[in-house]
Amino acid sequence: MAGLGEMIRESQIWKSIFRHPMPVDRRNRIVVMLTNFFLHLHPVSIKKQGIALSYTWCMGGVTFFLFLVETVTGVLLMFYYRPTVEWAYTDIQMLRDVHSLGILREIHRWAAHAMVITVWLHMYRVFLTGSYKPPREFNWVVGVLLLLLTLLLSFTGYLLPWDQLAVWAITVGSNMARAHPFLGNEGPGQQLLTLGGVDMITNASDARFALLAARDVGEETLNRFYILHCIAIPLGVALLLAIHFWRVRKDGGISGPL
Amino acid sequence: MTHGITDAQFFVMVSSFLGPFYLMLALTNGVAALYLWQTGQSKTWFRSPAIAGQRVAITNVLAWLALAILFVLLAGFSSSGNGHWMPALPEAWREAINQSTGPVVYSAGTTALLVLLYLFRSFFVKPAVAWSILNLMFLMLGLSMTDRDFYEIVAKPDNVPIVMLIFLLAFFTWLATHRAVENDRRMERGEPPLEKLDNEKVLVWPDLVYIELICMIALVAFLIFWAIALPAPLEEPASSVKTPNPSKAPWYFLGLQEMLVYFDPWMAGIVLPVLVVVGLMAIPYLDFNKAGNGYYTIKERRFSYLVFQFGFLEMWITLIVLGTLLRGPNWNFFGPYEHWDAHKVQALSNINLSDYFWESWLGRSLPIAAAGSGMLEKIGTILVRELPGIVMVLGYFIMLPPLMALTVFRKFYMRMGFIRYMVMANLLLFMASLPIKMILRWVLNLKYLIAIPEYFLNF
Repeated sequence: MAGLGEMIRESQIWKSIFRHPMPVDRRNRIVVMLTNFFLHLHPVSIKKQGIALSYTWCMGGVTFFLFLVETVTGVLLMFYYRPTVEWAYTDIQMLRDVHSLGILREIHRWAAHAMVITVWLHMYRVFLTGSYKPPREFNWVVGVLLLLLTLLLSFTGYLLPWDQLAVWAITVGSNMARAHPFLGNEGPGQQLLTLGGVDMITNASDARFALLAARDVGEETLNRFYILHCIAIPLGVALLLAIHFWRVRKDGGISGPL
Repeated sequence: MTHGITDAQFFVMVSSFLGPFYLMLALTNGVAALYLWQTGQSKTWFRSPAIAGQRVAITNVLAWLALAILFVLLAGFSSSGNGHWMPALPEAWREAINQSTGPVVYSAGTTALLVLLYLFRSFFVKPAVAWSILNLMFLMLGLSMTDRDFYEIVAKPDNVPIVMLIFLLAFFTWLATHRAVENDRRMERGEPPLEKLDNEKVLVWPDLVYIELICMIALVAFLIFWAIALPAPLEEPASSVKTPNPSKAPWYFLGLQEMLVYFDPWMAGIVLPVLVVVGLMAIPYLDFNKAGNGYYTIKERRFSYLVFQFGFLEMWITLIVLGTLLRGPNWNFFGPYEHWDAHKVQALSNINLSDYFWESWLGRSLPIAAAGSGMLEKIGTILVRELPGIVMVLGYFIMLPPLMALTVFRKFYMRMGFIRYMVMANLLLFMASLPIKMILRWVLNLKYLIAIPEYFLNF
């Protein structure tokens, strides 16, 4: 068997995929970090306290991993789900009762809840260790934006099952937009925005309408939230994540006492 | 969720959760005892009175072992699925807790609790104390689960994350405070913080990548377990005519929904959330204190620590817990063991400041613009009517920052300069506006300081 493993690792195909030998000695353990695409996000070496769980809590990494879980299960769920008023609820019901991989939906939902919690815990740790202090100020700002996008991802996903829980939670949540100062139909200052005596801000043109694409949570909302949930927000998250990780490295890696 | 099943069926259902739950607790306590014993961390707390001439040393190992045995017994009784045998909180206790809780007691109580935890943190972070509290929390949860009304709220699938959040936050707050207390002690003695001890560099392969790998596997296992154990909620198909009561936003927004009790939607739903985000982003640019970068400490950054903890634990987390678990139909407050009765009536007699001012104090009716008067006259009348509130609110936001700069925040002002100081002061004032409005509501039944419903401008 050793001979077979050797043969595979020495083959042209293997060597073309992995640009490094097996990381069995010190030199190659360094090389692997520098030449492997997935590993090159990491530094080559790190202070021992920087990987101590009692210091890091591992929550940033867990959050990122949950995002990956959400992406994979989300893509799989998209195969079984049609975002229309006619089908959305039935498709979710089918996931529960018929499809053998229906558990994907459970994993997707629980991982989403867990992700909200782990983002908070990650920020809690970053605050309590003062890791937002110079030179990491901007990365904290990126992190706050990621927090916002995480909540929006969860919020837009909440509507998709199209059951009572979903529709009314989104109705209650989006009702707030109606009270947006100036831009909401029932917000302070809304009356000031008139054009030739005609109200510019009505229930068909205010912030809530922009969010829901309709006067009430309906078919257009489902479509809008579906696209936001599956494409628009994940793209934003991916971009910010890239910046977030890159800045962790550029700002000196994980924080620690000077 | 438990509708249409008899009490006997309910107890059988709960027992399938409680049995494994208590067994897990027994296991963790047993492992803790074993660990302390094996690593030689056994400590004698006190000696028992002489039994047959022998005084037995009560050690921490013995205590956790005894607790483990107690939990095994509880697991046995709970698994019976028989309501008479299952351990539960006495009815009288539950009734007393229901009767004595309300928004005021809850908010004041959690605040007082956090203050106590902070002041006596060097006591509460002792592992034995913290472990006892954690066990007590789990025990309370277990004993409460046999209450149908409690179960109904806590075991609702989308509320389960909140129960987890409470325990996770308790644990991580303990962990962080434990290290901060230790670091503060060390630095007082002139020693470096704990984080500085392990300065030796290790290679990321294998030290870090293996931690990551193990974390990933553990997480996937946990998620699969969770997904199998608890089905995701799916209620009836959406209907725009059947409004559920209560109608709640997703749980992470329920702190904001709870603020609707005290503020109008434009404040609770737009201005304050925006300020939360802006305020979070502003933290690194406002906190000029260079100490406490990269290690846990409280003493070196007491102000920023307290502000953050107040904002996060008190204004965000406890409001979410309140909004999720304790707010029932019509957004009324319900005790943890109280039935969510949609017909519960709560007297609401909240009064605007302008009503107080004109009617109660001056003894005259509110100024009203004459019918058919022009736009300007109408607005003028409204401004006169709401003058006391407008003066108070403007005074709060305009007068207080310079006053604070001259008094309590003198040093901050010198260090931060005008703009940075003003941003911080205003953010703090907005944050304080919520507890202030809460107290005004509870003490004076005050509805709005400024009430201009004509223009949707209530504050």
